[in-house]
Amino acid sequence: MISAPSTKRSGPNPIVLWLFSSIGKKTVVALSGIVLVGFVTGHLLGNFTIYLGKDWLNAYAEHLQSLGPLLWVIRLFLLAVVGSHIFFTMLLWKENQAARPKKYIASDPIQTTVFARTMRLSGLIVLAFIVFHLAHFTAGIVDPSFKTMTTTLDGHTVHDVYGMVVVGFKNVPVSIFYIIALFLLMMHLSHGIGSLFQTLGVTNRATRPLIEKVTVAFAWLLFLGYISIPISVLTGIVK
Amino acid sequence: MTLDAKTPAGPLDKKWTSFKNTAKLVNPANKRKFDIIIVGSGLAGAAAAATLAEQGYKVKCFCYQDSPRRAHSIAAQGGINAAKNYQNDGDSVYRLFYDTIKGGDFRAREANVHRLAEVSNQIIDQCVAQGVPFAREYGGLLDNRSFGGAQVSRTFYARGQTGQQLLLGAYSALSHQIALGSVEMFSKTEMLDLVLVDGHAKGIVTRDMTTGEITSHAGDAVLLCSGGYGNVFYLSTNARGCNVTATYRAYKRGALFANPCFTQIHPTCIPVSGEYQSKLTLMSESLRNDGRVWVPKRKEDCAKDPKDIPEDARDYYLERKYPSYGNLAPRDISSRSAKEVCDDGRGVGPGGLGVYLDFADAIKRLGKHVIEERYGNLFEMYANITGENAYERPMRIYPAVHYTMGGLWVDYNLMSNVPGLHVLGEANFSDHGANRLGASALMQGLADGYFVLPNTLGTYMTAQFGKKVDAKAPAFQEAVDAAKARVQKLMSIKGTRSVDSFHRELGKIMWDKCGMARDKAGLEEALRLIPKLREEFWSNLKLLGTADGINMELERAGRVADFLEFGELMCLDALNRNESCGGHFRTEYQTPEGEALRNDDDYAFVSAWKYEGQGTAPTLVKEPLVYEEVKLATRSYK
Amino acid sequence: MKFNLEVWRQTGPKTEGKIEKYEANNIPAEASFLEMLDIVNEDLTKKGVEPIQFDSDCREGICGNCSLTINGVPHGQGRGTTCQLYMRKFRDGQTITIEPFRADSFPVERDLVVNREAFERIMQAGGFISERAGSAPDANSVPIPKIVADQSMDAAACIGCGACAAACPNGSAMLFVSAKVTHLGLLPQGEPENDRRVLNMVRQMDKEGFGNCSNYYACEAVCPAGIPASFIARMNREYSFASIKQSVGIAV
Ligand SMILES: Cc1cc2nc3c(=O)[nH]c(=O)nc-3n(C[C@H](O)[C@H](O)[C@H](O)COP(=O)(O)OP(=O)(O)OC[C@H]3O[C@@H](n4cnc5c(N)ncnc54)[C@H](O)[C@@H]3O)c2cc1C
Ligand code: HEM
Ligand code: HEM
Ligand code: SF4
Ligand code: F3S
Ligand code: FES
Repeated sequence: MISAPSTKRSGPNPIVLWLFSSIGKKTVVALSGIVLVGFVTGHLLGNFTIYLGKDWLNAYAEHLQSLGPLLWVIRLFLLAVVGSHIFFTMLLWKENQAARPKKYIASDPIQTTVFARTMRLSGLIVLAFIVFHLAHFTAGIVDPSFKTMTTTLDGHTVHDVYGMVVVGFKNVPVSIFYIIALFLLMMHLSHGIGSLFQTLGVTNRATRPLIEKVTVAFAWLLFLGYISIPISVLTGIVK
Repeated sequence: MTLDAKTPAGPLDKKWTSFKNTAKLVNPANKRKFDIIIVGSGLAGAAAAATLAEQGYKVKCFCYQDSPRRAHSIAAQGGINAAKNYQNDGDSVYRLFYDTIKGGDFRAREANVHRLAEVSNQIIDQCVAQGVPFAREYGGLLDNRSFGGAQVSRTFYARGQTGQQLLLGAYSALSHQIALGSVEMFSKTEMLDLVLVDGHAKGIVTRDMTTGEITSHAGDAVLLCSGGYGNVFYLSTNARGCNVTATYRAYKRGALFANPCFTQIHPTCIPVSGEYQSKLTLMSESLRNDGRVWVPKRKEDCAKDPKDIPEDARDYYLERKYPSYGNLAPRDISSRSAKEVCDDGRGVGPGGLGVYLDFADAIKRLGKHVIEERYGNLFEMYANITGENAYERPMRIYPAVHYTMGGLWVDYNLMSNVPGLHVLGEANFSDHGANRLGASALMQGLADGYFVLPNTLGTYMTAQFGKKVDAKAPAFQEAVDAAKARVQKLMSIKGTRSVDSFHRELGKIMWDKCGMARDKAGLEEALRLIPKLREEFWSNLKLLGTADGINMELERAGRVADFLEFGELMCLDALNRNESCGGHFRTEYQTPEGEALRNDDDYAFVSAWKYEGQGTAPTLVKEPLVYEEVKLATRSYK
Repeated sequence: MKFNLEVWRQTGPKTEGKIEKYEANNIPAEASFLEMLDIVNEDLTKKGVEPIQFDSDCREGICGNCSLTINGVPHGQGRGTTCQLYMRKFRDGQTITIEPFRADSFPVERDLVVNREAFERIMQAGGFISERAGSAPDANSVPIPKIVADQSMDAAACIGCGACAAACPNGSAMLFVSAKVTHLGLLPQGEPENDRRVLNMVRQMDKEGFGNCSNYYACEAVCPAGIPASFIARMNREYSFASIKQSVGIAV
């Protein structure tokens, strides 16, 4: 017999209901995704100053440092964003496992791309990368000498970020790890960016294919842009 | 026994209004006390269940599929008629009424048909309000097409899926009522028997097809909306599960079965390609608007590639025989003509059972793209099923059983001769006489469910206050035990033949002897063969597995067992009706040109059959058909 | 033609199932996939083996009753339902694996038969326009632009088969639900209940334990009715806006 469901509104505030509904969770992932994409894009542009010469990058880094408390606000915000992104994606993942406990014996990955199916993996490796990356350049744990590298920028001494990056990438294994991580980020984004438009409901039958092509291209551009740095250091274009 | 149709007095076009003005009403508080049992969730069942629940009745609805949305109404393609006259092409309630009576070859009850035409317009309003996405014109208003050779464009449609959309409309209304708790839905639950208490229909016996549990349900009235019995022919355009069980069980409990031999054969179906085949697929009739039907003039050419058959060696028999209607001649006529040429040995394709439906000229005239626009999906479907490309090679088509006009006898209130037992939709005999016009079955199913029964049910209910039967009445237990015993019997035969092999054999007998054309000798032969087959069935059926769980062979066995009895009744009726009318063509009764020869003096009546017990012949009860409004005329489509 | 079948057999909802191997011999190329199974069942019956239980009714691709996952693909390769899949599409001698639709909300009842009542409850939660027989205005009183009516029809074409959820690696029913939300949501007649409908249907979908959408688009690829995943995007939007409206009290 088919029983009638209760259509009456259950207790909690509609926004809370939304937040923990299938669509709500997905939307949070998408929104946090946007912020993160924005960050990596901006960060890349910032890093590009390296091609303008030592002083430019250092000035950029110095400028960031000079933000003082504001910088910490930004950092905490980013932390929260990454946190919620991870929290909700893992929650979704858990539920999705439960919703499809039994796999097909003759499995045939229909339609879905490898990139789409490896979001979790790529994401987590990116996470690992970020941790390493922070230890590498921001905290200087990987190589304490980084913290003490200084140089003079029109008069006064500043932290020599430029030198740090160059030295950092001269280390071949590190560069290779970066490049691998960046590739995974590219994978993550080539599904992710297109996907977020669908999640936020701004695609339709006509625009989706287009949006997806563009976003894949964008992910590759980010990838090429980023890896250009370790590569040009290794090849001595930047020294 | 005499039959009272309870047709209201007064002029034909006032009957329904005056009926509604004077109909007995049940007040809302009392409606809540009545339990209505509805068997079937097709257009008729779902519409009735939703509407009665809206009115306040407590409804229990049953269907054998896993969802009410899957009833066979879903398969209807072409469209639904209504007398809206949106096209301003001279349509009217009267014209729709007359066309339906004439199309039915003057074997339907005037008052019922006129009422059908009257409510037809409300149906379209209702469906649009429910969100049925009918085809529209650029101006945003509803589009119409002309269908089944009608002279006016009165058919509303939703792509090639009109039945689906109408059913989903009724289904959503039903779902709403289920959510509100006013309808209790029993899917995957098959009705096995009707329960009478002091001669009134007060309940049914059902089998839960998932658990195998056999129980009974008590109610204050029973509505059968269980569809048609076309599957008695094994191969038909009906769904696998369509059956006669519900109505036949009621017949065995005393309800009269009317005109069982009136079956409709649809001219444009994909021909049979082999033994294994489980169903026949209909190709929308609209194809006949642009396709030309032909066969080779000479037998020798049949095997040839149609391209190599020159124009003058082709016989466009419909255009030849019916110059004015040509390829659009009514269903029964074009079906029969196809049979004739095939019997004449000029059929094409496997077993010589097919004729060509050729689009070459239309493609020359209009261009491939136009044909693609109009019939693209149908051509695809044809290619998918047959592997042939109909743009290059003419389609092969052949008639197939499609609809059954016969059904349980009902009066003007849609109540059978058994008090409390109401019958709606294809399951009753009411509106289509000896032949149904295209796009009028959807109309009838919804008319019965939304607008007719909800108004006529009160007539019976008002007399039922304080007459609630308790579900423990002995009649229920007896019926349940009988049903259980029958299932046990089927399981315990342990013979050697599968259910389908019996069904196939019965189908062949029915198709050959009681199909498109019938004659005395053949029918008598069938009446000899069927009981033999039935005997073998009950002694040599092989069923495996158990009865207490999903067992689809057991389900089919139960249905085939009923078909094996019902087929006999059909042949008896066909033998008894010594005339040709509509879908019933007796080769003995035809004009020199081979047209159906009706006999209004002796056969202007409804044949209603009364069950007299196992082994004894049923008795015939006649309801004379009196025509106050229309004059009986011979159909001519020349 | 001849095929080697690997079929999922399971005696009941609680029991463990397993794959059994059968041979399908002299199958006509014109036979549909289900007719092939009919033939196999006939000689299983001869051999005294219980026939394979599978759902089907209309056998012309419209009722949505047939299911089956064929070589890992719900309804088999190519658009269309299992009943409209013809054996000429397979290689002679090919091995074919037949499994039931898989999704936690579609429990297997027996062999290849699954329970899809979860869809019923989602429909009951809001898949309708509240309207009473007899209360409707004239059908032409509200003109509907052809393009809107056509789009609504595209969505209404869903046959409720459940292949979307069975194909989705997350067992998500988003395509099915979005089809109904879009069908009724596009029409002026459905408009008054749009917020309510999308909220209740999505919440019921979640209650039924269907997965979340990761935009894999497998559903779209197997859907026999050609329902586009863009309807999912539309529903995501509608649902979030409806939630906001509800939280500020301008939707119920
Ligand atoms: C292929 C095809 C195309 C058609 N095209 C058109 C068209 O274009 N226009 C038109 O007007 N008509 C058309 N028709 C005819 C029309 O579709 C049917 O006559 C009409 O839909 C019948 O509706 P119904 O509600 O009476 O029965 P159905 O829709 O058949 O419903 C029968 C219901 O009864 C239930 N049931 C049956 N037996 C039992 C039982 N023993 N126990 C429990 N439940 C049971 C079933 O589960 C089902 O829910 C077509 C028919 C076919 C087959
Ligand atoms: C070749 C690629 C990259 C280079 C050369 C690079 C370089 C740098 C440098 C020099 C800093 C330290 C700035 C400072 O301490 O003042 C930094 C900080 C950071 N980088 Fe990168 N980065 C790269 C890729 C990435 C990527 C792909 C991510 C994220 C996915 C990332 C995330 C961060 C974060 C989060 C910080 C910390 C910012 C802060 O101080 O709060 N970086 N990066
Ligand atoms: C830090 C670790 C990360 C993890 C574990 C992670 C994990 C995931 C997962 C599993 C998804 C898919 C969710 C779903 O569709 O079900 C996802 C989506 C996404 N991620 Fe990440 N991710 C991480 C970091 C990032 C970063 C750094 C970015 C951007 C620079 C990013 C951008 C996106 C985007 C845009 C989406 C698509 C959202 C959508 O489908 O709507 N992610 N992430
Ligand atoms: S959306 Fe497609 S796949 Fe899903 S139920 Fe509807 S028709 Fe089936
Ligand atoms: S396959 Fe599943 S993930 Fe979404 S797009 Fe379809 S529901
Ligand atoms: S059996 Fe009806 S869709 Fe396949």
